[in-house]
Amino acid sequence: MRRFINRHPDTLSRLLLAALPFLLVFIAYAIASEARLAVNPDDKILPGWSTIEAAIQRMAFLPDLRTGDYLLLTDTMASLGRLAIGVAIATVIGGIVGILQGLIPFFRAMLANFTSVVAMIPPLAVLPILFIAFGLGEASKIVLIVVGIVPYIIRDLALRTEEIPHEEIIKAQTLGASTWQIILRIVVPQMMPRLIDSVRLSLGAAWLYLIAAEAIAAESGLGYRIFLMRRYLAMDVILPYVVWITFLAFSLDFILRVVQRIAFRWMYRGQS
Amino acid sequence: MTIVTVENVWKSYGNQIVLEKISFETAPKSFISLVGPSGCGKSTFLKMLLGDEAPTKGRILIDGTPLVAEPSPDRGVVFQKYSVFPHLTALQNVMLGLELGAAPCLGRLFGRKRREARDISRHMLQCVGLEAAEGKYPAELSGGMQQRLAIAQALVKKPKLLLLDEPFGALDPGIRAGVHEILLSLWHETGMTVFMVTHDLSEAFKLGTRVIAFDRRRTRPEEMEAFGATITFDLPVVRPSNPQPKAEAGQSPAAAPKMAAAR
Repeated sequence: MRRFINRHPDTLSRLLLAALPFLLVFIAYAIASEARLAVNPDDKILPGWSTIEAAIQRMAFLPDLRTGDYLLLTDTMASLGRLAIGVAIATVIGGIVGILQGLIPFFRAMLANFTSVVAMIPPLAVLPILFIAFGLGEASKIVLIVVGIVPYIIRDLALRTEEIPHEEIIKAQTLGASTWQIILRIVVPQMMPRLIDSVRLSLGAAWLYLIAAEAIAAESGLGYRIFLMRRYLAMDVILPYVVWITFLAFSLDFILRVVQRIAFRWMYRGQS
Repeated sequence: MTIVTVENVWKSYGNQIVLEKISFETAPKSFISLVGPSGCGKSTFLKMLLGDEAPTKGRILIDGTPLVAEPSPDRGVVFQKYSVFPHLTALQNVMLGLELGAAPCLGRLFGRKRREARDISRHMLQCVGLEAAEGKYPAELSGGMQQRLAIAQALVKKPKLLLLDEPFGALDPGIRAGVHEILLSLWHETGMTVFMVTHDLSEAFKLGTRVIAFDRRRTRPEEMEAFGATITFDLPVVRPSNPQPKAEAGQSPAAAPKMAAAR
């Protein structure tokens, strides 16, 4: 008998093992829901499948009685729009500042301590300031996402930039490169895939800040809907919304990973 | 034809003196091997030639002009590792030097100029035997191929000086011999001056026209800080293909067997 650590599952077992935790969660929910509904058929905390299905039907596929909108669609568009703008702005700022801070000693001297301090500010503590400064509209939500993830992207990218071997920077100079050319031809192309990694890792935080901002002041959005439904204990709507948000977040991560693989093939060449 | 003059160069970090009293002058078209034990400052000396570090005292002249204090295109370099850019193909790596020189804003060439740069670069790749690998990324090349690529990349700028910092240290002996041949033939063609740091004495004598050894003369622990390494041997290498030893030697050639014995 070989040691447990040396044994590997075959393809089928791997698939089954991967599915197992998901399956267990569903079974646990089904049992708990069944038990509660047996005691009280009107229980709202753990609704049965049919109730959830009806809620999905109502939210996703039937126009809202008051506005005529498909609520899931408008909520999704509103949230994804905010997330996309916020993450895009944070990526641009984080990319530029991170590379400058990581590469150029004068910028590092000026920025390194500042970004480390700013990164320690809890973004949600700044949220009231943002609401006061930018109003309750779209701007404050986007700024919260930016403020929330930009310090991480800057610091991560600055570290990755510092990891570029000193030899490469010297070599570029012996080939006649100016500071600008080093940035343009050596550093930026090597940092683009790292930037995508950095954005992937900050997406979770971006969703957190988005939902938080929407929960407090919004008229649409996935976070807004969840917190609105909380007032009615409408778990049949909240649960599918949470699953939907998880699916969206997972898809974004997956898309970024695929884009990185295709656009920066040099990173994956020569690896067996 | 390049002459390098080193005038009483000292290098120290804080109180630690690394190199002291280094003075010599090279004949045109020299191939100088720098040898010595680990930590003797031979790589530091190469960094000073490169402009990555400045001498604490003294100065280095190329053809009578003091060295620019930062790396510049008249000095090519090949390191043991990280000499080529991982995000560029072999051909792009060689073209880079031409593009950077000709396009200050974008660092890229287009149209006819690009085709010209590409043809020059392809010729360089041919010289180092990499014409079949022009589309490959460095990670797909073997160690020997990467070093040949690094040499081609450096030589496309036609530097006066080529600085090699243990360039073949990580290569298998067989592959190493092949790269030696390529390097020697390129050196004969271009007539540039080459400085090579190595800790392989047979390599130093095989390739060099002159072998300079750095070492500490004083090695008692309490003397390690205040006394740096300096030139302990300076030997011309006489071989049929290289018939101009002249009066380069600082030490008597009789020291040669002693060096060999020191291995």
